[in-house]
Parts: sequence; C-alpha cells; structure tokens
Amino acid sequence: MANSKKPGRRNFLKGAAAVAGGAPIALAQQSQLAQNRAPAAPAEASSGPRVEMLTNERPGADFMLDVIKSLGIEYVAANPASSCRGLHESIINYGNNKMPELLTACHEESSIAMGHGYAKIEGKPMLAMVHGTVGTQHGAMAIYNAYCDRVPTIVVLGNEMEAGSRRSFVEWTHAVQDAAVIIRDYTKWDDAPASLQHFAESMVRAYKIAMTPPMGPVAIVASGLLQEEPIEERNLRIPKLSPTIPPQGDSGAVAELAKLLVNAENPLIVAGRMARSQNGMKLLVELADTLQASVNDQRNRMNFPSAHPFYNTGTVANADVILALEVEDIFMLTHRMSPLNRIGMDAPIKTTKDGAKVISISSLELFQRSNYQDFARYNEVDMAIAGDAEATLPNLIEACKKLITGDRRTAMQARGARLAEGWKRNKEAALTQAALGWDSSPLHPARISAELWAQIKNEDWSLVGNDQFFGRWPTRLWNFDKHYQFIGGSGGEGVGYGAPAAVGAALANRKHGRLTINIQNDGDLNYAPGVLWTATHHNIPLLTIMNNNRGYHQEVMFVTTMAARANRDVTRAGIGTKLDSPHIDYASMAKAYGMQGIGPVTAASEVGPAIKRALEIVKRGEPALIDTVTQGRG
Amino acid sequence: MRTGALLALLVALFAGSAFAQNAAPAGDVTKGKAAWIKYNCYSCHGYDGHGGAGVKVAPKPIAVTAFIAFVRHPPASTMPTFTAKVVSDQDLRDMWAYLNTIPAPPAVKDIPLLNQ
Repeated sequence: MANSKKPGRRNFLKGAAAVAGGAPIALAQQSQLAQNRAPAAPAEASSGPRVEMLTNERPGADFMLDVIKSLGIEYVAANPASSCRGLHESIINYGNNKMPELLTACHEESSIAMGHGYAKIEGKPMLAMVHGTVGTQHGAMAIYNAYCDRVPTIVVLGNEMEAGSRRSFVEWTHAVQDAAVIIRDYTKWDDAPASLQHFAESMVRAYKIAMTPPMGPVAIVASGLLQEEPIEERNLRIPKLSPTIPPQGDSGAVAELAKLLVNAENPLIVAGRMARSQNGMKLLVELADTLQASVNDQRNRMNFPSAHPFYNTGTVANADVILALEVEDIFMLTHRMSPLNRIGMDAPIKTTKDGAKVISISSLELFQRSNYQDFARYNEVDMAIAGDAEATLPNLIEACKKLITGDRRTAMQARGARLAEGWKRNKEAALTQAALGWDSSPLHPARISAELWAQIKNEDWSLVGNDQFFGRWPTRLWNFDKHYQFIGGSGGEGVGYGAPAAVGAALANRKHGRLTINIQNDGDLNYAPGVLWTATHHNIPLLTIMNNNRGYHQEVMFVTTMAARANRDVTRAGIGTKLDSPHIDYASMAKAYGMQGIGPVTAASEVGPAIKRALEIVKRGEPALIDTVTQGRG
Repeated sequence: MRTGALLALLVALFAGSAFAQNAAPAGDVTKGKAAWIKYNCYSCHGYDGHGGAGVKVAPKPIAVTAFIAFVRHPPASTMPTFTAKVVSDQDLRDMWAYLNTIPAPPAVKDIPLLNQ
C-alpha cells in the first residue's frame, strides 16, 4: 500500500509517544499509588499541506491504550464496534492483546455485566467498549445495575463527533452529540475528551471516581478521529492515579455510637453492601464478637460468615439499637406493609420497638442522584454517619472495646450464648425444611444445593449467582466464610445480569484457581445467551446450574395475585409469564455455543451424578451447564 | 383484623383436631393434582405443597374446612383471596385430597446430604 513520503499536518511521532511506565496499579489495595508517567517525546514540527496517508504506525489509540494499561486494566469486553475500531486494533496489536486482553462479547449488555461480576470478585474495574449510540442503548440496563449495586465499571463509548469525518450513513446514524446522555442519570461521571491529553486525564479521573465509595460506573467517550489519526500532540503524559482514601465516619459520632452499642441490651447490626474485601468481613466479625451482637446480612455482598453463631439471629423487633451498615433502604428494614394490595402503605407499620435507636453508616450519604429512584424512601434515622462503613469499623471497634466494663462483658456473653442457640435453631429449621420435597420432581432447590455442597465443600469455591430465587438454599446450607464466595445480585433487578456477571466473575476467579459456580435463572439467560459462547471461547471455567422453573416465575405469582384480586380467571396467569410449549432445552443451547451441556435433569437421584460429570469438565478449565428443572420457588 | 381473617385463623387453630379431620369430605386426588397446578397454587406452595414463597401446606394439610376457609379469607399480607368465583369449593376439596396424599419426607437424620 502506498505511503506518503512527506508527513503532513497530522504528523507521526517517532518512537514511543508516551510511556506508560510503572507497574499496574493494584486498586484493590488503594494505598498503593501509581508512579508518575514519563513525559512523551516531542512531536516533529509540521510543515506543508496535508497529503493522503494510507498508513499510520502511531495512531492515537496507541496512546489511549497506554493510558488504559497504566491503570492495570486486565480485560476489555466488547462486541466489535466500528466506532471503537482504532482502539480495538491497538489493543490486539500494539498491546499484543495482553493487559488488557480483548474478550469477544455477543451483546453490550454482556460486556458491561461481565465487568460488573468481575469487579465484585477482583475489587477493581475492567473495561467495556461499545458504540456510543446503539451499543450504549444495548448496554444501558447493565450500567444501571452496576450503578444500583455500587460497582465500579468503566465503559468506553466510541463516537465520531466531527461531521466531516463521518465516512458513511452508518457513521451518521452511529454518531451522537452527547453519547453519555442516556446513561448520565446512573453513572457517577462521564466525559467526552477532545484531545489525547484530555483523554488521559479523563480516563484516570474516571477510574478514580469509579473506585471512590460509593463506587459506580463511569463512561468515557473515545473519539473515532482521535483513535485513528496519528498522534500529533506534544508532551503527552499520563497523570498519576491518586486513589481516594475511603472516608471514615466522624470520630465524635463514632464515639457516641459506641456508647449506644455497648450499653444496648439487644443491638442488631444489619449489613448491606458493607464488606468491600476479606478485611471488611474480618472487621465485621470483630465488631460482632466485641459486642456479642447479631449480624443480619442482606446478602448484597459477602459480609459475614454464614456459620458464625451470630449470623442472622437477631430481629428488628427485638433490637434496641440497630446499626445499618451501607443499607440503602432503611425504611423497608424498619417497617412492614402489605405487598399484595398496597393497603396500609399510607400508614406503614413500624417494626422497631419504642425507643429503639437506628444509626446508619453509609457512603451513600455523600452521593445522591435524582431521576432514578433507587435511593428509596427517606432514611429517618437517629444518627446518619456519612462515611464508608468498612473504613469506619476499625475506629468503631476500638471505641467499643474501650467502653466495655466487666459488667457489660458478662451481660454480653450471656447474650452471645443466646444468639448461638438461635443460630442452631435456625440451622435445624433449615434442615427440616430442606427435607420437605427432598425427592420432588420438579427438583427442590434445597436438594440441588445439598448435592452441590457435598461435591464442592472441599474445593476453593465461589458462588457467583444470586440465590435469591433459589430459596436462599446455598446461603442456608453452605458454609460461606470468604469474601469471594458470594457477590450478591444485580442491584437494579434488571433481568439479564446473571449469566454475563457470572462469566465475568468466573474470569476473575480463573487466575486464582477457584471453582466458580453460577445458579442461573432461566428467564435471565434468555436475554443474551451468547455469553455462554464467550465463556467457551475464552476458556473460562464455570459451572452453570440452571434454575429452570420454566417461567418468569415471579411474574407468574404476581399475575395470579392480580387475577385473584380482580376476582377473575387465575388459570390464565401463565399467559405471557411461562416459558413452556415448548420447553427450552438449555443443555442443547449450551452445546450450540460449544459448551458441555447436561440435562434436562428432572429426577432428584440424577442431580448428584450430573454435578459430578460437570465438575470434571470445569476442573479441566472449561465451562459446563446442567439444566435442572426446578420448582417455582424453593 | 377483619372478621373473615379472624374466622380463618380460629378455624386454622383447630385444623389439626380429630373433629376437623373427620369433618373433611372426600375429594378427587387426580383432579386435585391437576387443579393445584391449573390454579397456580404450586407457584407459591410448591408442586407437592412443601412450601416456597408461600407456606408449607403438605404433608398433613390442615383440615379441609380450615383449608377452604383460609383460601377464602386469608389473613392480610399472606396470600390473595380466592373467592368461589375464582376456584370452587369442589376444586379446593380435590386439591386438599391431593395434598393429603403427599408422603412425609424422610427424617433429616436419615439424609446423609443434610448431615455433612
């Protein structure tokens, strides 16, 4: 191909334009700061008219990639988009497809949700690269989920702003004045850099903002022209990442809270999205042990060991002091309403006892948006401490320890013994309930969970699917004690999160050698099942257990309720809610995407052998799926 | 509490009594199993009535009269009211007959997987 002998207005830089030196930043350890980047070599002086350049060995996307590399990004998930083609090419060639590695996704919702799951395991974001227009539209729900779940994700939106550079009508339809506008209500920050230097600062800033509690998604527009044209900016440099230290609660407020907790007769700790790390779990255990207090884990994160004797042994009704740690909806925690007919919603019943104090510690006090209503009702608490709960716990624990007298310690120990008895009763009740329907067909989720536990309990395992619609049976039967063993749910309840988030989480677990398991709802998988192919193509080991109840089961129940309430035909509630006639064959679906598929399994006696077969495959480093046909609910 | 709900509760309290059991008229098990699914009762209570989103209703269902009273007048916030226009007394008697055939589960101590 011809090449111009004379560089024109858009000059090339000789050699490295900018050096992204230093080690990738381990953002899970926020105290480690990145090194300053070396300044770029100066550009050659430009002269003469522009002539056609058919090759360009130093496109702007290379510098963009240097910036991305400087942040220690491991993966970029993308459905190929022409508005990102420059960056795509730089990743695979200039960057040799390592750190970050490009992952082929079949839908933008998958790209972004993969990052959602990945971040909850790895503690840092990966990238999704999408068309600024149609890709953002496809991926919007996944961004909303990450926003509601307070998870850092970075989305790069390709866009061609300069009208004169749009090559075709397709580029006109794929161009937009303000690419991030449709996701701005549920991202923490976005920018549309107009130069490479601007891109560098904005990308580093975006990373920092995404990782500052409350964490959340951010978006950066990558101009097509900036990606593809030669680097001609002088003195390019990559700014140093300065991670924000998570804010601690006010020391005076923490001291006052400590007094309340130490003197309480029945303190209750409720953990929402509290633990960001294993250390967060350790701190919460220390606080609970110090106070001999129950911890009710809302299972949005892995906050507290499920086998701890104080796990879920307290009630709001009995508590005189309730400490809510990163709990979003304190109103629903402390009130009861009828979910069936909205009767009584004008006067909800308060479930706390008279005089009970409710105190919250939450980073959400520091960040609120207005349009989407995920902030729930106003949190009418007795003390709202603004700060990151995990970062605040060390001071709170210390303050409590200082206040505990001998008398209080004796009372606390008696309370702790009662709580431990409560844990045993809860466990016995769970086992008794698990036995009901033990041999049922369709399968009881408790049976599947028990069969799974028998075969994974001696492995280094990670459950990355939410068990909310599985009767919480893994939570009730398994022993969870590591932060990566559970990652909660979607956050925004946007269906379609489960499968791609599981693949992303399994990707993060892969390098740690963990056995990853996903309990996968059938309705959820049908949104973008192509992510099964992504898992196969990229050799991501993952055991998927289908919760195949053959319907959008929550809606089966809702529509039945509505029909009964209207005194009409409840037998028609399956219209529009059930996934039958024909049944979907998920084992064949998996096979179509190159994945080992087993099932459908309908007999309880077949579950254990199916799991055994699937685990052999997963332990070889491949994904596998078992289609288990299940009860509507556990 | 509404009068109907109170009545249902009182009836339910006596549900396990011999008197209530003896008062139960017969139903058709096969029809009852079909009705249990047709009316989406399974969706909350499980195909075998062992519970799920809704409470356990089998094995050993409450007496049929209590069962019907509960369905007609459930306490608030538990489940929707199913009137006779939606599901007949005969259908409910058939469902009860089906639920009454559900065998007791094995004891926890006899299930190795629940003793891990």
